[in-house]
Amino acid sequence: MTAYQIYGINGPVITVRGETGLQMMETVYVGNARLIGEVIGLQQDKTTIQVYEETAGLKVGEPVYATGSAMSVTLGPGLLGNIFDGIQRPLPALEKQFGAFIGRGAKFSPLDTEKTYDVHLCIKVGDRLSGGDVYATCPETSAVEHKVMLAPNLSGTVSEVLPDGAYHVQDTVARLQTDDGKTVDLTLMQTWPIRTPRPTRKRLPADRPLITGQRVIDTVFPVAKGGAAAIPGGFGTGKTMTQHQLAKWCDADIIIYVGCGERGNEMTQVLSEFSELTDPRTGKSLLDRTVLIANTSNMPVAAREASIYTGITLAEYYRDMGYHTALMADSTSRWAEALREISGRLEEMPADEGFPAYLPSRLSEFYERAGRTETLNGSEGSVTLIGAVSPQGSDFSEPVTQNTKRFTRCFWALDKSLAYARHYPAINWTLSYSEYTNELTNWYRDNVSPQFSSDRDELCALLQEENTLMEIVKLIGADVLPDDQKLVIEIARVIRVGFLQQNAFHAEDTYVPLEKQYKMMHVILHLYHRAREVVARQIPISVLLQTGIFEQLVKMKYDVPNDKTEMLDDYIRDIDAAVDGILR
Amino acid sequence: MLVRHLKLSGVNGSLATLSGVENAANEEIVRLHLTDGTERTGRVVKIDGDEVSVQVFEGTRGMSMSNTETIFTGKPMQVALSPEILGRVFDGLGRPIDGLGEVFPEEVRDVNGAPINPVSREYPRNYIHTGISSIDALATLIRGQKLPIFSGSGMQHNELAVQIVRQASTADGSDFAVVFAAMGVKNDVAQYFRTSFEEANVMHRVVMLLNLANDPIVERIMTPRVALTIAEYLAFTRHMHILVILTDMTSYAEALREFSGSKGEIPGRKGFPGYLYSDLASLYERAGMLKVVEGSVTQSPILTMPNDDITHPIPDLTGYITEGQIVLNRDLDYKGIYPPVDVLPSLSRLMKDGIGAGFTREDHADLSNQLLASYAKVQDAKALASVIGEEELSADDKLLMEFGRAFEARFLNQSFTENRTMDQTLDLGWALLSMLPRRMLDRVDEKTLEKHYKGESA
Repeated sequence: MTAYQIYGINGPVITVRGETGLQMMETVYVGNARLIGEVIGLQQDKTTIQVYEETAGLKVGEPVYATGSAMSVTLGPGLLGNIFDGIQRPLPALEKQFGAFIGRGAKFSPLDTEKTYDVHLCIKVGDRLSGGDVYATCPETSAVEHKVMLAPNLSGTVSEVLPDGAYHVQDTVARLQTDDGKTVDLTLMQTWPIRTPRPTRKRLPADRPLITGQRVIDTVFPVAKGGAAAIPGGFGTGKTMTQHQLAKWCDADIIIYVGCGERGNEMTQVLSEFSELTDPRTGKSLLDRTVLIANTSNMPVAAREASIYTGITLAEYYRDMGYHTALMADSTSRWAEALREISGRLEEMPADEGFPAYLPSRLSEFYERAGRTETLNGSEGSVTLIGAVSPQGSDFSEPVTQNTKRFTRCFWALDKSLAYARHYPAINWTLSYSEYTNELTNWYRDNVSPQFSSDRDELCALLQEENTLMEIVKLIGADVLPDDQKLVIEIARVIRVGFLQQNAFHAEDTYVPLEKQYKMMHVILHLYHRAREVVARQIPISVLLQTGIFEQLVKMKYDVPNDKTEMLDDYIRDIDAAVDGILR
Repeated sequence: MLVRHLKLSGVNGSLATLSGVENAANEEIVRLHLTDGTERTGRVVKIDGDEVSVQVFEGTRGMSMSNTETIFTGKPMQVALSPEILGRVFDGLGRPIDGLGEVFPEEVRDVNGAPINPVSREYPRNYIHTGISSIDALATLIRGQKLPIFSGSGMQHNELAVQIVRQASTADGSDFAVVFAAMGVKNDVAQYFRTSFEEANVMHRVVMLLNLANDPIVERIMTPRVALTIAEYLAFTRHMHILVILTDMTSYAEALREFSGSKGEIPGRKGFPGYLYSDLASLYERAGMLKVVEGSVTQSPILTMPNDDITHPIPDLTGYITEGQIVLNRDLDYKGIYPPVDVLPSLSRLMKDGIGAGFTREDHADLSNQLLASYAKVQDAKALASVIGEEELSADDKLLMEFGRAFEARFLNQSFTENRTMDQTLDLGWALLSMLPRRMLDRVDEKTLEKHYKGESA
């Protein structure tokens, strides 16, 4: 390995003097402790390197070793159920070596090299393979089958295949004769540079939803599989809670959860909760389909910057196998701040609020890696990105929120006043939007109900109307409104409390299947339509309120179990009975 | 072999620059001897070839290019630790100032600490009883949590902190101690804390670190790090449960800003350095519990929001790192309510897993949700009343107004010495909710209402 010498140190940024053979974005080992770093700037007489570990104690003159390759992740079985730091070092292995506090300069294999997998080879000698083709499979966890694929840049003819059996990730299971005559050993793993998107054959339209079991999302602001969504919100508004709910219940096959610059206790919570919870679809532990990447706020800032790319590369890898993956990034603001911090150390010219001018292009590069695609081996997979944004001072006009808004098509704005009133999820229905609604209309029509979209539009219109009316109510009180407007306010209350509000700690309410969501919405609208008849007859709306039917609807989310949605038909009868009783 | 450097090449604010230095290590400690016989301590913050920038903890006053001799120690900033530090008083860098002599160290540690591996963390669950209703019921403090108090100048955060220290107890009565770090506080405030601890007869389980308002700012940057190193030692080596009180984080952040400015760094929002978030996180994240080791570090940083503005970078970034916050409110303070806790923006993120059956009482979560939801409605009614007058409000809104007043006067308000038990607090909450008609309680299921609701039936 070529070695250079450290010349300057400034926080996580070090410089090397003179002309070097280092490449842009090349991984280097810094100092005698061999800290991991990455080349981020080349000038004629100076090379700038960001170090992914704490630089205290480094000295001028210590060596910097080149590796010749870009910052990469190792892909293969053993990722699921594991927890890594931002540069894919397995945290359980770090714990074994250093104890409870994280030490420095350790080199670990990201994948467990001791463990064996039950491998089935699905090729034979003479087969022609090209990049992305699956040559072996093995059960990675009880819930997920791992498909071992040829690296995208390889192709050739299979020259040797070993029998099925137990192999380590580093064992050779087959050999490939490439077109230029070289023989390549195929193992169960491959590496991929984190800043380069993995290739696919073509993009597919985003026309099916990611079902999350959260009413305000699935029904009102849906996100498509392969879409990108942003969750902005000040502290205490429930960004992390929402991300956890999505990671637990959404119908993706694989979840990559990136804790980027967030709290250590939260990652501990995810670890312990996910290992206890079972996936409603497979009946297996949720951790079996999850990879956690934890770069907490007190871990080195450069690794925080990398953690997002590490996460998305893992997501793309599972997508290439034909899985639907979802990546939750909590929070992209911390990642942007890491960019700002490093940019400041490089003395770059700052743009908005000190963020570097390339912030928008970095954000767009990231969100554009989402998509539903046809993979190189012809299967269909998707990467859905859900990024939390923590705007400074809860001000949505700050650069990270604004730029994220440009590159995501779904915006779930969390609202402080809703959170203060303990209305969770605190997704504000007037500030949020989803551009996927139109593309998903057909899917909802075919799979839930032909009326779904029109019901949804009516629901949104009612909320919008309430919003306008509340302006008046704030000035003169609700008592003076005419009865038809009072009805709108009452029904909107049922929608807000009984439908939009969802209790994550309630066994039935934490996840609600689409069918129940639709029926609940339908019941509420049925009450509205029937109550309009009451109002049309000049009967005061308070008469209907006194029957308690509104309260009954507010509590139906708790009273109707998820597997007994037919009970909701009784509500229609109860509404009819109450209204007919008054009209008679 | 320690090399002495006889000259400086520049002094700017608290930064001294030396050239011609070989082998300097990043963040190592240097000793600066002035010709007048005084000694100062500094830390290497930036190295560029043979030019080294040193942050001088005691300030650079009186230093000239030629009167200073610098020695590079090759070691990071360390603090001496031993079980005897309990009951002692130190300056901001951990040097004794109580006249009881040096600490005989059992071990010395780097004050910067190391991040706790998330895998090794134990998720905090046991609550700390404070005897203050607004905190116990609505923003429960959990052992291993970091729960700051957002206050403003002139509000009674110091009294609240003292009351918490005096009354705080763990359910199992295990070894409990307090590390108290004052950063840039006024002399009489420091004195107030000291006398209060002595009067309450808790001084034997308190370690005090005092960096007063007129002490050098660079020292202030080290104070919380020293405090947390002491706390980690007592918690994870001595297996005690430690509550760390850091006051005032605003002074700390301002010291950081001043220092960053003198280094010529590019400022972020309101002139604070771009790494303020990472820096605060490196302090706050040192709270927690470990799986294999008994002991815990709980943090309660106090910060005064400049101009009572919760969106100011210091409270804003703090709120993003800590697990909730307790917000004090000036209107309540004017009304004479103590502690003036504004319960709506106050929040304890870890509370959901540390309350309920087996921890506090099975109705705790429902009660706190309902109290907060109802109190939020009180605010709407108040806003409306200020426009149309309270007389014109609907009957429901009038009830809410009455509930709001009772909630503030009886639930939030309590005396400085009143230590309410959990049962007292929760029962009081139900008594207040019973002022409202049952149909207005939409966050509680029927079964719980049946058991605890004592208002009109129907």
